[in-house]
Amino acid sequence: MPFTRKAKRIPPPASVPVPPASRAHFYGHGLPGVELEKLNGKLIVVEGADGSGRSTQIAQLVRWLEGSGHATLQVGLKRSTLVSEELEQAQHGNILSHTTLSLFYATDFADQLEHAILPALRAGIIVLADRYIYTLMARDMVRGIDPVWLRNLYGIALVPDAVFYLEVPPRELVQRVFAKNQALDFWESGMDLGLSRDMFDSFLQYQKLMQKTFRQLRETYEFTIIDGSRSPQVVTTELQTRIEALLCSEGAADSPTATARAA
Amino acid sequence: MKATFAELGFPGRLIAVEGLDGSGKSTQVHLLQRWLEQQGCRVFFSEWNSSALVKSATSKGKKQNLLTPTTFSLIHATDFADRYERQLVPLLRAGYLVLCDRYVFTAFARDVVRGCPPDWVRGLYSFAALPDMTFFFKAPLEVSLARILDNRPVLKFHEAGLDLKLSADPYESFRLFQGRIFEQYLALSTEFNFHLIDAVQRIELQQGLVRQLVAHHVDLPGFVSKRPA
Repeated sequence: MPFTRKAKRIPPPASVPVPPASRAHFYGHGLPGVELEKLNGKLIVVEGADGSGRSTQIAQLVRWLEGSGHATLQVGLKRSTLVSEELEQAQHGNILSHTTLSLFYATDFADQLEHAILPALRAGIIVLADRYIYTLMARDMVRGIDPVWLRNLYGIALVPDAVFYLEVPPRELVQRVFAKNQALDFWESGMDLGLSRDMFDSFLQYQKLMQKTFRQLRETYEFTIIDGSRSPQVVTTELQTRIEALLCSEGAADSPTATARAA
Repeated sequence: MKATFAELGFPGRLIAVEGLDGSGKSTQVHLLQRWLEQQGCRVFFSEWNSSALVKSATSKGKKQNLLTPTTFSLIHATDFADRYERQLVPLLRAGYLVLCDRYVFTAFARDVVRGCPPDWVRGLYSFAALPDMTFFFKAPLEVSLARILDNRPVLKFHEAGLDLKLSADPYESFRLFQGRIFEQYLALSTEFNFHLIDAVQRIELQQGLVRQLVAHHVDLPGFVSKRPA
């Protein structure tokens, strides 16, 4: 009340440079019936081979984010209610052909996108995805599946707010895998490709191919390559710095000035 | 999409039948199979939504109401890809006559009515070649509806298109849902040169026409197994 006269004389706010609030959008056709403006949370993807440190980093990030008061949700491949059991079965049995396996994974992905990721984003939760469409596409491309077909298929995917690809040289990866499991996984060694009868050699070749493919994908899809060969603490710090920057730049969009202008 | 199996150099030929539920297409394709087998042809029959592994996910999804237009589309595409890669293509390579009760056009029609972008659905199935012949059993909507409702008075959730929320009443919903699919089929029939069969005619008349057309378009003697029965 005492400041009313003064308030009337204050000129309207000059154009304060507000960074454009990143509008949620899909890579392609997307899912029908999704109200993109209602997606308030953030989708952060951590990609990388087995042994790249994904799970370790995600666990750290969850602790850090929740410590800072952000609600989080974790999603990953083969976790859908719809087809995860059948997918496990299929992988063990080695009975499905490439396009089928590809579509099975895509169904798993779509189910999680619709039933886990989007609802969480609507609720303003930060979703941490352990892998996303890029691993799925890379795996398929290495097996000869048409990248154009894949791009159309995964046009249903929401564009993440950040994608971090933990890149680790294959020789380092293999050491980490042995430290964890003392054995190499058939699929992660690309044994189905017949690159080599020797699993160790196959693993190295396959992981090299995957890295090359990831770099190829980067030409179309935006992601940040993180040197995963460094110590976990160093990697965590880098990820936190980048995520902090992401959350802060969005913070401006939530500022009183921006909200008032939007009203 | 692409070329037919013939154009791609496959020794086999694929004949597909399409139509609404209740159009009589399943009866017709079954009779066609009989006829071809009786002539000694190498024939294989495949129907929509029949891959074992995918079936369990589909029925789970339907029971628990987990299916959205996108996952519904993808799961059927997975089923199709499985049959296509494991059965249809190898058999066509081996010089079989493959009969399909429903082919990609079912997806093109249904998934679009459910709300999936047409381009996306077409893209999804672009790995599949086109049939060498496609029969579309065309009956007025009311006739198809009457036939289904005659056989099975209880309409299943997805069959009635209840997930589309066109109507709360299953019968009304079904009517509207099938009507939209029918419209899609009409457009597809022109685009893909379906052989239109009047599904209101007597079964024997329809089958006669089907057999005539097949004999005309396919070199049947070439499909007769050389080995004695």
